Amino acid sequence: MTEILSVQGLETQFRTREGIVHAVNGVSFNLDEGETLGIVGESGCGKSVSVMSMLRLIPSPPGQVVAGKALYQGKDLLKMTDDEIRHVRGAQISMVFQDPMTFFNPVLTIGKQVSEPLEIHNGMNKKMAYERAAKVLEMVGIPKAKERLEDYPHQFSGGMRQRVMIAMALITNPQLLIADEPTTALDVTIQAQIVELVQRLREELGMAIIWITHDLGIIAGLAKRVAVMYGGCIVEEAEVKELYANPMHPYTRGLLGSLPRMDESDHRRLVSIDGMPPILMEKPKSCPFLSRCTYAVDHCKTENPALKSLSPNHKVACWVDPNTGREF
Amino acid sequence: MEERKVLLKVDRLVKYFPINQGFIFKQHSGDVHAVDDVSFDIYAGETLGLVGESGCGKSTTGRTILQLYRPTSGHVYFEGQDLVKMKGETLRKTRKKMQMIFQDPYASLNPRMTVGDIISEPMIVHNTYKGSAMKERVVHLLELVGLNPAFIKRYPHEFSGGQRQRIGIARALALDPDLIICDEPIAALDVSVQAQVVNLLEDLQRDLKLTYLFIAHDLSMVKHISNRVAVMYLGIIAEKATRDELYSHPLHPYTKALLSAVPIPDPVAEEKRKRVILEGDVPSPVNPPSGCRFRTRCPIAEKICEEARPELREVNPGHFVACHLVK
Repeated sequence: MTEILSVQGLETQFRTREGIVHAVNGVSFNLDEGETLGIVGESGCGKSVSVMSMLRLIPSPPGQVVAGKALYQGKDLLKMTDDEIRHVRGAQISMVFQDPMTFFNPVLTIGKQVSEPLEIHNGMNKKMAYERAAKVLEMVGIPKAKERLEDYPHQFSGGMRQRVMIAMALITNPQLLIADEPTTALDVTIQAQIVELVQRLREELGMAIIWITHDLGIIAGLAKRVAVMYGGCIVEEAEVKELYANPMHPYTRGLLGSLPRMDESDHRRLVSIDGMPPILMEKPKSCPFLSRCTYAVDHCKTENPALKSLSPNHKVACWVDPNTGREF
Repeated sequence: MEERKVLLKVDRLVKYFPINQGFIFKQHSGDVHAVDDVSFDIYAGETLGLVGESGCGKSTTGRTILQLYRPTSGHVYFEGQDLVKMKGETLRKTRKKMQMIFQDPYASLNPRMTVGDIISEPMIVHNTYKGSAMKERVVHLLELVGLNPAFIKRYPHEFSGGQRQRIGIARALALDPDLIICDEPIAALDVSVQAQVVNLLEDLQRDLKLTYLFIAHDLSMVKHISNRVAVMYLGIIAEKATRDELYSHPLHPYTKALLSAVPIPDPVAEEKRKRVILEGDVPSPVNPPSGCRFRTRCPIAEKICEEARPELREVNPGHFVACHLVK
């Protein structure tokens, strides 16, 4: 498999009135062609900001990418000119967002909005672009797609709007689709529809996917590899089955233990992680999970552990082996 | 089964919201059928989970029980007394025994009141505690929900979402209620904090002998916390059973689809699962489908489903289902 994306040492900061917020602190990951990577974490852990930084979608000021590289097919996205990156975004890398209510322009028709990337990136004329838009809308399961091109966003339900957003992202045949919590605003039966749709499209079109979510349930059935983020860092990354069967970071363990499972027959007390996520007003000198960790040793207070490989498909950023309670 | 005391009895509860059109001469043009003939009992000391997707009427049911919305018809009996027939002072005094925890810990606390004021307000309104006794009680309640009593003079914005939800719980406990209606109490919280709040609710139930109506859309969490579960769809109860019975032998086609749509945090289990994917969206509650409400999305619907509305009937002891086609 060829690698299409390699992010190395990404750091992003925001200037606020209270000081500098260190939202992303050295995030590195790779992605192969056609692979699905899940990025999991709670609100404020930096999962969306990492991906937005890579695509240069962070408003500046207040935000600033201060370090790192994001190599897409060998070229650094962070060093491209505005013109170059505009041809990558939307044409080769597309995004699907969380909120299908606010994403669309309410005064433009769906046909206009879905076909726009084709007119911009592929230089198609309006008629051809509309024809292709109808085809793609049909592909994502919009009934009577041709007639609905003239409809406005408010005439679609939440689930249908999310389908339209996916159609718009896929219309230029991108190599990489970034899905930022695309099902969080949806009901569970609609969520299942969207997940099934993305799985089908992935098989048909073969694009790579980065799926950002806080839901460890949904990513279990979708991703090949999963990266867990906490406090602006990736704390664990592993092949999906390995991560769920053998979580090595105390945070991942807590997170998995705090989820009730529908297929569990006994009632157990949920594992709760005491305390709250850190406020990243300074660059972490210690492990960001330190104050909530039950395994912490002295080393954790003096140095933030880097992500290291335990085996070819499992990396963890922790000084302590949770199975023995001692340092690695 | 042992004889258990019914604390709350909801009997054929109906709540329609009128839709009025026109600016000056308002005309009644239709109704939102938010809750349409819902009945269930809650036994003292148990947790009844009420699940359903957005817009199914689960929150309206909760609010109508407390008479925050007056029902269109039906009865709500709390310890045998009909709340629907009560007014003014009698209603206020009875309602003291029932409290509510809300979904949004940001919107449900007054930003200009301190934590101490928020928690003491119910006691002032109902004149249950005064002066130093009240202050002691606030400190006790803060400790009970796991907050530092030193926070008494702070304002809600100084707290995180999970801590605010704890303040909301302390306020609900201030009047020693018997029944607490939890309206999506964890939906706005992060995963690791959800477990903290759920564990707290379980501890409080055990220690204070509380009864919960737990309204939520998260089926895994409802399974975790409930003794019995009722599934709502478009204003009606589709199925109602004990927790284990409902999750291991769902009978209604909607419950089956709903359960199969919930992802399990385990890639090995996910690979083996077969999903029932429902077509389409939930219809509008303004013009709900004739007959069975679910028939427009039901994979097994027949002609009878269009013609007659299925009654909620008992198919196994304690297991009720509203479907013509379940034998």
